[in-house]
Amino acid sequence: MEDQAGNMELISGLSRRGFLKGCTLAAAALGLSEAMIPKLLEAAESAQRPTVIWLHFQECTGCTESLLRGSHPDIGRLLLDVISLDYHETVMVPSGHQAEKSLHDSVEKNKGKFVLVVEGAIPTADNGNFCKIAGRTAMDILAEVGPKAAAVISLGTCAAFGGIQAADPNPTGAKGVQDLLSGVPIVNIPGCPPNPVTFLGTVLHYLTFKRLPNCDNLGRPLFAYGRRIHDHCERRAHFDEGRFAEEFGDYGHKNGYCLYKVGCKGPETFSNCPAARFNDVDVWPVSVGHGCIGCTEPNFWDSMTPFYERLPHVKIPGTGIIADADSAGKKILGVAAAGAAIHAAVGIGKAKLKGKDKE
Amino acid sequence: MAQRITIDPITRIEGHLRIDAEVDGGQVTKAWSSGQMWRGIETILKGRDPRDAWLFTQRICGVCTTVHALASVRAVENALKLEIPLNAQYIRNIVMAIHALQDHIVHFYVLSALDWVDVVSALSADPKKTAALANSLSEWPNNSAKRFAAVQGKVKALVESGQLGPFANGYWGHPAMKLPPEANLMAVSHYLESLDYQRKATQALGIISGKNPHIQNLSVGGVTTALNPDSDSALNMERLYWIKQLIQEVRGFIQQVYLPDVVAVGALYKDWLPYGAGVTNYLAVPDMVLNAKATEFDLPGGTIMNGDLGTVKGITSFNDDYFRDNVVENIAHAWYKGDWSKHPYEEDDVPNYTEFQDDGKYSWIKAPRFQGQPMQVGPLSQMLVGYAQGHKPIIENVNNALSLVSSVAGVTVGPEVLHSTLGRHVARAVRASMLGDLALKHWDLLVDNIGKGDLEIFNKPVFPQGEQQGYGIHEAPRGVLSHWVVIQDGKIKNYQCVVPSTWNAGPRDEKGVAGPYEASLLGNPVADAEKPLEVLRTIHSFDPCIACAVHTVDANGVELSKVKAL
Repeated sequence: MEDQAGNMELISGLSRRGFLKGCTLAAAALGLSEAMIPKLLEAAESAQRPTVIWLHFQECTGCTESLLRGSHPDIGRLLLDVISLDYHETVMVPSGHQAEKSLHDSVEKNKGKFVLVVEGAIPTADNGNFCKIAGRTAMDILAEVGPKAAAVISLGTCAAFGGIQAADPNPTGAKGVQDLLSGVPIVNIPGCPPNPVTFLGTVLHYLTFKRLPNCDNLGRPLFAYGRRIHDHCERRAHFDEGRFAEEFGDYGHKNGYCLYKVGCKGPETFSNCPAARFNDVDVWPVSVGHGCIGCTEPNFWDSMTPFYERLPHVKIPGTGIIADADSAGKKILGVAAAGAAIHAAVGIGKAKLKGKDKE
Repeated sequence: MAQRITIDPITRIEGHLRIDAEVDGGQVTKAWSSGQMWRGIETILKGRDPRDAWLFTQRICGVCTTVHALASVRAVENALKLEIPLNAQYIRNIVMAIHALQDHIVHFYVLSALDWVDVVSALSADPKKTAALANSLSEWPNNSAKRFAAVQGKVKALVESGQLGPFANGYWGHPAMKLPPEANLMAVSHYLESLDYQRKATQALGIISGKNPHIQNLSVGGVTTALNPDSDSALNMERLYWIKQLIQEVRGFIQQVYLPDVVAVGALYKDWLPYGAGVTNYLAVPDMVLNAKATEFDLPGGTIMNGDLGTVKGITSFNDDYFRDNVVENIAHAWYKGDWSKHPYEEDDVPNYTEFQDDGKYSWIKAPRFQGQPMQVGPLSQMLVGYAQGHKPIIENVNNALSLVSSVAGVTVGPEVLHSTLGRHVARAVRASMLGDLALKHWDLLVDNIGKGDLEIFNKPVFPQGEQQGYGIHEAPRGVLSHWVVIQDGKIKNYQCVVPSTWNAGPRDEKGVAGPYEASLLGNPVADAEKPLEVLRTIHSFDPCIACAVHTVDANGVELSKVKAL
């Protein structure tokens, strides 16, 4: 029987076209000219694939699953052509001491050269006993492996900021990587889970320029977290015109009106979701009728809840005057400075942290 | 002389699991299953808005993403006695089915296949013979010699690069690896192809739910996926047909590649059919809801005790008292203070880590019991419970798979072989195949209902003063999932999740009765204690998901001892 796809280029899981598309997307997201695409490709396909060690701590594996669903590069190409993923508990073949051998061999061989990806938070209460792998706590493993990395990518809101387990009352003393590790370049890619496109963009940036991308003061790459959801949401015009869904399934909801009144946290959330979209099918939560929950922000489990209540202090224009909406945005941020590049996200979480209702 | 082996970490699972086994005379004689992580999510839920619970609990697991979301909204709706619109039921069913398709594909190829498939051996296969083997099993059009040769070249390049990545230190050449090179090459090729199809499934899920993992289209009271054929900001016909096409493609892969591969592996490893039964009490809950009241279903629930299909007893609705009244969790061997058995509504536990004690406490996972008995949950349970109840589609699908196993293996096998490590894989593939059909059936039901002019998706929840209790059930890819909520004056007072991997991976109970993982390893062969591949085979057949299993507990009394600086 003749193969429908009889050459290497089209073998499932190894599609070059998809990868080129990803590089083009990443170049656009990174603000690079098209002339840079060959350089990105070259960096990604060098003869010696860069070593990546991936550690899982207090997590749900959602960030890994997100990567599994990514398409440029798809996971097959990523593993076979782009990186050498020497340790990753979810996909690696060996278990037990043989898995440990993979970790130790790779760390020693690639000392100072490998990229460390951390998924999950690190529990620090009770000496870290809430998370152990091969008999050692997450704290101990991070302390040993982290300083030997060339750079650290804290993937997901848990690794970046502690995430869900750090929500009040944080029973395990969960922390993000940056709270525990210093002396190594760290980039935070928050999101629950983050978009794989953002991860790819960061990796390609690092491979191409040998340094991490420019970040905001929460350590998030500006190319992906430089703008508020609210500022590039397809429903923004409805907000500016005062048209809102009042309840799920009502007329406004059926017709794509703004979701602010049913709890959208887009006005306070910095992320590229409306631009990058998810799963290659041109969707994101707001596009299917659910408000943004603010998952790229520190402490969002406390500061953005209850999720179905309106954000306080957001001034609804209702007049069609865009300037009003923008000034409302600045007020939320507690920042007077204008300009997206210095959005100064610091303090978003802390200033607004209400803590949960203890009544 | 017995030898003790400790496997930590167990990889190719979700979460942090340690398995200990005593091996004597080449067989496992005693085993311990230990969850190694705890996060405290139910503690974090206390005092919060019950409408938010599903977004929190979904983060218990990013592999079984969707499942806690569904169980959670059902629990709160159960407490409020709130019905949801029929469209919301159908959309939830489609979400449920598509997620299971993705999850089952990933489980077999990414998480389990390499326990049975020797990648290195694939290098010596003849691609033409591989194509002949593959074509003898199915009509899948991509099973060509050209493709198999190309994949072989890819594997060769990887090996020659010296950078084996996740394939380094695997069990290549292990004496328990018995597939011929051609079967190995076929499986490696399908491994790569499976990555595409699991992604297609998540794309279908994304169109309905906004993103994946961690869907964002549910709400207590229904779904938030607006339906409007006349809008480009809602689920319209263009998007519905996109979903349908993706489901059809994924179903094709499952029915023409995944199911035949599992059957072939099962038949070629027929010496493994006697191993891995363990606990033969089975528990499943009904799912794929057919009406607003959640009393009719496409997939059945129930219990079977002691492997006797004649003992089957049905669980027939989302208000079933037989299920609600018979679940307890025991902590005699889990790292919590005390040794109680409590109903989920009553649980209020305190973490208390004490290292690994062989005869004491040795896991963060609790031991759930049904009428005092350990129960095995998962696709095998659902298939057996349906088989025993005379559920026609299950009987037909199971029998078809078994006859295929029989013809490849050259021996006639009946449903009794399903009580085994390989039986769990076969049952999962059969379930996946059925869910491919059911996803399309519920797509039809949804579209028919929209065609009648019904666009309702949401009934607003109202929280009265006082206390309400509710539970939500869902037959997740790994088996029975239940969430239990106590609401006081509109706030969460108590919340417990009793999850599939808690049922299966739990430790001994107060009577010393082993959990399903532990029981399933007894008698398991181990050819080389240094490379306990066979232990992984049996453990992986359950599809462990350990972050799910060790989510619970009330942290009152945790000593926040000094933080170790790095």
